[in-house]
Amino acid sequence: MEAISMNQIMFFLFAAIIVVCSILTVTSRRILRAATYLLFVLISTAGLYFMLNFQFLAAVQLTLYAGGIVVLIIFSILLTSHINQKFEAVEWKKSLFSALATIAGVIITLTTVLNYSFQANSVAASEIDMDRIGTSLLSFERNGFVLPFEVISILLLAAMIAAIVIAKKQTTKK
Amino acid sequence: MFFAGIYGFLTRRNLITMLMSIELILNSVNINFVVFNRYFYPDQLQGHFFTLFIIAVAASEAAVAIAIIINIYRKFKTINVEDVNEMKY
Repeated sequence: MEAISMNQIMFFLFAAIIVVCSILTVTSRRILRAATYLLFVLISTAGLYFMLNFQFLAAVQLTLYAGGIVVLIIFSILLTSHINQKFEAVEWKKSLFSALATIAGVIITLTTVLNYSFQANSVAASEIDMDRIGTSLLSFERNGFVLPFEVISILLLAAMIAAIVIAKKQTTKK
Repeated sequence: MFFAGIYGFLTRRNLITMLMSIELILNSVNINFVVFNRYFYPDQLQGHFFTLFIIAVAASEAAVAIAIIINIYRKFKTINVEDVNEMKY
């Protein structure tokens, strides 16, 4: 009988935080609290990535999601609504049917996943260094990702310009 | 977590909370990609890069969505979905 290792304890801790906080995010009636729960979810996801030895990915998750997107969301919340504003309760009919649909989806997914026997590939956990990430991001041979890399850079540029244009249009019209 | 996101998308009527639900959905898909990559193909990095690209797309999408939301708020003084029912001005 093996003892539960430290890794498993950490995994279950992170998973519990993710599940509980993501449910709280969509059910909390104060919008700022919902944003804070979302922040907890994102940070514990970064913790999961650290456990899997994906250091670069965890750093990106922390800076981009937890640093960038959550701050953006909180700014827009403060701009558009009052802090202590509560939502009116969701109509019970709508809530009931949504809950039924999602619970059915959860049951289907869980039965499928639990019935399929995964064969875990237990190769030693190799460190993935920045060097390898950078070279394969820009290589155009097999397992190279230069095309999506360029596409994503164009997309980021377009998104920046679009955000500026959309936010500015109203002031120039007046 | 994915289904929590879908539940939020179905029940909420506020635009910002719908945006947060989308972030939840994308994040759960990211976790799946990374874990499958880690445990089944540890010598390849496809899931890793897909996750990176998904994060970039999510960031740009959030920026554009928040610009639109602020614009709608200026126009209509509300961000509930049902109150915004005209597109032309």
